[in-house]
Amino acid sequence: MELFANQVLAGIATGAIYACMALAVVMIYQAIDHLNFAQGEMAMFSTFMSWQMMQWGVPYWWAFILTVILSFIGGILIERLLFKPLAKAPVLTNVAGFIALFAIVNSVAGLIWDFTIKQYPTPFGSSPFLGSQLISTHQAGMVGVTVLLLAGLYFFFQFTRIGLAMRAAASLPESARLVGINTSWMIALGWGMASAIGAIAGMLIAPVVFLEPNMMGGVLIYGFASAVLGGLSSPLGAVIGGFLVGVFENLAGTYIPGVGNELKLPIALALIITVLVVKPAGLFGRPIVKRV
Amino acid sequence: MSAAEEVVTEAPAVEAVPKRAMTLGYGTSLVVLAALILTPLFVKNFVIFQMTMLLIYGLAVLALNILTGGSGQFSLGQSAFYAIGAYTTAILMEHFNVNYALTLPVAGVICFGAGFLFGQPALRLSGIYLALATFALALAMPQLLKLGFLEHWTGGVQGLVVTKPDAPFGLPLSQDMWLYYFTLAVSIGIYIASVNLLRSRSGRALMSIRDNEIAASAMGVNVALYKTLAFGVSAGITGIAGGLGAIAVQFVAPDGYTITLAISLFVGMVVGGVGWLPGSIVGSAFIIFVPNIAEGISKGLSGAVFGVLLFLVIYLVPHGARQVALVAQQLTAKLKRN
Repeated sequence: MELFANQVLAGIATGAIYACMALAVVMIYQAIDHLNFAQGEMAMFSTFMSWQMMQWGVPYWWAFILTVILSFIGGILIERLLFKPLAKAPVLTNVAGFIALFAIVNSVAGLIWDFTIKQYPTPFGSSPFLGSQLISTHQAGMVGVTVLLLAGLYFFFQFTRIGLAMRAAASLPESARLVGINTSWMIALGWGMASAIGAIAGMLIAPVVFLEPNMMGGVLIYGFASAVLGGLSSPLGAVIGGFLVGVFENLAGTYIPGVGNELKLPIALALIITVLVVKPAGLFGRPIVKRV
Repeated sequence: MSAAEEVVTEAPAVEAVPKRAMTLGYGTSLVVLAALILTPLFVKNFVIFQMTMLLIYGLAVLALNILTGGSGQFSLGQSAFYAIGAYTTAILMEHFNVNYALTLPVAGVICFGAGFLFGQPALRLSGIYLALATFALALAMPQLLKLGFLEHWTGGVQGLVVTKPDAPFGLPLSQDMWLYYFTLAVSIGIYIASVNLLRSRSGRALMSIRDNEIAASAMGVNVALYKTLAFGVSAGITGIAGGLGAIAVQFVAPDGYTITLAISLFVGMVVGGVGWLPGSIVGSAFIIFVPNIAEGISKGLSGAVFGVLLFLVIYLVPHGARQVALVAQQLTAKLKRN
């Protein structure tokens, strides 16, 4: 029983990583209706920027705030410069655009900061949390930040005018335009917010997985999986999905014989597909009714 | 975020391509064919090898095109079927000494079965969810191939070495050239079959599903059957391409069939034009040659150069090579009239 409790705790700790990333994925999906394949790379780039600032002697929290602001602006710029011209192109062309962005960001980061693995500091310290060996104060801090972020987003979307406008623009763009919402800028805002959340996720994940240009590959896949599991239309679902995937992955690795590190990923994905087959809109997503 | 159900008028994610617009004209087809037959006579062996790979990836892109352009289903998991085909061919050739030409139909049938079965759960999913499910398949495949109890057959991480066949009947052709013509014959056969498939009753059923699933089912199209069949056919062709690929590269290993391959095939389809079958070869050329060109321009920034080139292509021609072909067609028509 103690093993079980410990594994669940460890799962929640890894799950926090996925939850952060899933939140960014859901943000962008809300704004543009696509999964952004370059999301992880954008987060990685933001994390490198904050690392660079710290190398120049900026204190952690200043670097943190500056990076979030820069990422927000960067996200908006990417939307305005690269993806707005593609707004009328077919969906699949947009997806190809994400793949291109992925290649560019990854390669540029590799050129600037090279591919060696770098240590990344944590503001929470890495001593055991409440005496548990499996979860460190950093991981506990990560869970805390994720929950705060989620609460902030909930407040933003439910109680601010601009949050309401963004929701309107995402669900019925034409009607939103008719009541005077600038839907084009709402999309840009969605990009900016997704990029900023991604930056926070990256800076929290980096102390765990270490900083290098390919650090986000695995994390993004789990982030997608968590977001889809929880339902792409629900930030709360994405976070819960993240924790569920983390816990399940750990339990499968511990209790199913023959599942080493290699098979963790396929098994987690198989679970997600099973869930989707039963509940096609994810656990917390709202079903979409189609008409002819 | 709101509790209300969302009611949408289903806009097809894939554009409707009329079936006549899916192929090249008769004359143009002959010119392309002649070029494909004659070029190898004048180039080096390495270039012939590249052209063989061009045809092989072309087949794989074509298969994805039938699935996405034909029936409107996404797949980021084509690399899994490609891997199954490649391993089928390699295992049959190396463990059972089956003739290479006979392994291809087997690879095709096995992959058809795999695709058909995978199509069953995929029926419940669409759009982004289907993309994720296929993505998962592609991610899982290399891991599955490395499994311990399959190692006797698959060779584990090391993979298998495949012998390249000689030209039969004592024909005076090099191995590379023979393999090229063999691949060309297979490709032409599959291309013609695919065109006919899409022009048939089944093809019309697929396209009606792509354009509006609800309307299609109201008109009596068996949506479930045709969607799974599309998955099966697409997987089957991908499997044959995989088998040919194994023979051409002379080697199969799990790490040759990662998600990168699936993404490349997807990029190839977009560049070639979704739903335009001849575009497959253009897309295939893009994914084979552009990374090389990018590497040539800048070693350190090859990824960035590739990305920029891809962006350029999708800005200039968001509908891929199909758009270029359409413009060319209109221009020639204008010239003829003058």
